[in-house]
Amino acid sequence: MSTREVISTGNELAAIAAVDAGCRFFGGYPLTPSSEVMHVISDLLPKNGGTAIQMEDEIAGICCVIGAAMAGDRALTATSGPGVSLKAENLGLAQMAEVPLVLVNVMRGGPSTGLPTRVSQGDVLQAKNPSHGDYKSITLCAGSLAECYTETVRAFNLADRFMQPVIVLLDETIGHMHGKAVIPTAEAVEAAIVPRKSFDGPAEEYFPYECEADEPAVLNQMFTGYRYHFTGLHHDKNGFPTEEIETCRKLIQRLEDKVAMHEDELESYEEFMMDDADVMLVAYGSVSLAAKETIRNLRAEGIKAGLFRPITLWPSPATKMKEYTDKIKNVLVVELNIGQYHSEVQRATARLDIDGLFKVNGRAISPHEIAAKVKELY
Amino acid sequence: MAFNYDKYLRLEKMPTLWCWGCGDGVILKAFVRAIEKMDIAQDDICVVSGIGCSGRFSSYVDFNTVHTTHGRTVAYATGIKLARPDKLVVCVAGDGDALAIGGNHTIHGCRRNIDLTMIIINNFIYGLTNSQTSPTTPKGMWTVSQKAGNIDPTFDTCDLAIAAGASFVARETMLEPKKLEKVLIKAMKHKGFSMMEVLSNCHINLGRKNKMVSAMENLEWIDSITVSKKKYDTMSEEEQLNLLPTGVLKEDTDADEYCDMYAEIQKVHQGQRAKITQADFAKKI
Repeated sequence: MSTREVISTGNELAAIAAVDAGCRFFGGYPLTPSSEVMHVISDLLPKNGGTAIQMEDEIAGICCVIGAAMAGDRALTATSGPGVSLKAENLGLAQMAEVPLVLVNVMRGGPSTGLPTRVSQGDVLQAKNPSHGDYKSITLCAGSLAECYTETVRAFNLADRFMQPVIVLLDETIGHMHGKAVIPTAEAVEAAIVPRKSFDGPAEEYFPYECEADEPAVLNQMFTGYRYHFTGLHHDKNGFPTEEIETCRKLIQRLEDKVAMHEDELESYEEFMMDDADVMLVAYGSVSLAAKETIRNLRAEGIKAGLFRPITLWPSPATKMKEYTDKIKNVLVVELNIGQYHSEVQRATARLDIDGLFKVNGRAISPHEIAAKVKELY
Repeated sequence: MAFNYDKYLRLEKMPTLWCWGCGDGVILKAFVRAIEKMDIAQDDICVVSGIGCSGRFSSYVDFNTVHTTHGRTVAYATGIKLARPDKLVVCVAGDGDALAIGGNHTIHGCRRNIDLTMIIINNFIYGLTNSQTSPTTPKGMWTVSQKAGNIDPTFDTCDLAIAAGASFVARETMLEPKKLEKVLIKAMKHKGFSMMEVLSNCHINLGRKNKMVSAMENLEWIDSITVSKKKYDTMSEEEQLNLLPTGVLKEDTDADEYCDMYAEIQKVHQGQRAKITQADFAKKI
């Protein structure tokens, strides 16, 4: 893939990525520290014939995005934790009705209003289950400026593949970080777009929600001669409300299985100096940048540390993590919350002796702090 | 020859889940006749409904249909309309849906004057969930959540829409379906946000404890609280008290429509015109 060099911020790169990936609609509401995504895309979209609208509240922001996606457009919203809390119910409708969209969450300190201008990774579990009910979330997490671009692009293609919302987690540090990034050219991204599937047979043979047990719905664009029904209720093959026992069971099981049976298509992680590591750090997002520096410093002192960095947080790269933790005794999860991913690493690896270094005061974690913890523990 | 509704209905979904004598069916039929007269292809129409008895409206009509979460019809419809500005997008919501949980979206849809038609079926109560107070339940009536009598003041849907900036505002009742059909056509043809309040009965969940146990009693009450705008305008303030005017209450064909205005934004960014300034709106302010 041909590349270009840019100087930019994480939030700006997410907005540029969306437009390059074919996004034609943005709806949102101002929320620190995500607002720059809206600021940038509200110039880019109309330039490209698309639409960006600042709505009256966070709920309206996600609702109009779902509406545009139902009409057939690639659509984006951006917010932070408080906004995701407000959008949660309608993210559930998008899961249920299988409407693809991308949500960028630039994480700040929580809970509640929290620390609006400061960094956190406190929304990792929220991203797993923002709305009530059973479904399987897809969450990607950028660990560099370039990934703010590439993961947003990937999110759009995955949303259309799996026909559901895909959450891209940035954090305040990476969203506001300013620097050089090498990213694919817009032409290369456009050439790699995989649009959502559609049905082109006769309308009377079209059943949008009749599909294999592990496959997503096939939703044709609205106004194209295939009239069907969207609902947040349990629904039948045409999308109409039903309480028929087997139909209900199959629907909810399929929402789980369409992701669970295809985790290989979603799995993404980075292994940094893991070949000979006898101390394994697990970190993601901006924390991984500090972790990498820590590892370089520790290695200079003769401590063989390495980093495992999940990029797709949900579903987690459980098998790969376990492969490592079966071999490496000393495992330290570093994150800006009180162990939200730590519990997932414990679950995935079936090990309760996984260590954690957690920080929740709105400040980034420094390589020095991580190194001190490693030396204290091992 | 009698009007044939079959083409526009999802017959396999009949009978509706609405109670016997419910006004929703009368409104649905008037809507279908209005669409037939407007001669728009079914594929070019989207009906967006919310939660409540009116929420099921969308599943009975054979258009592109969306059954949203509670109160969010206008927000969903705004996305659909902006994505496909040349299509007819109609919201159908109840009084609780549009004025309580979704009140903010209703206000801001009116303010933007985006080209949507919003039909609010006002039966003065939460019917589907068994008689809780809605923002239009008259003071003093019994509700299951205010058994000692409702003390909450009521919203006037149309006054609200006018104040918020909707460019077309009308109120009708299901008692006069032919008139309703005509005003619905006007509302849907109007370019801009059209608020169409339709008063309807819920003798089951409003009437049962408020001395209107039959549909007829409930409808007679609706008749008693409504008067044509023409007559209403001749009345003194004292006489107008507790009466709701019916007919077209506002029709402004000059107001800027949001999709049209957004096309100007696109032109600015594409270098086809200068930035929009306050001077562009001098006449409006």
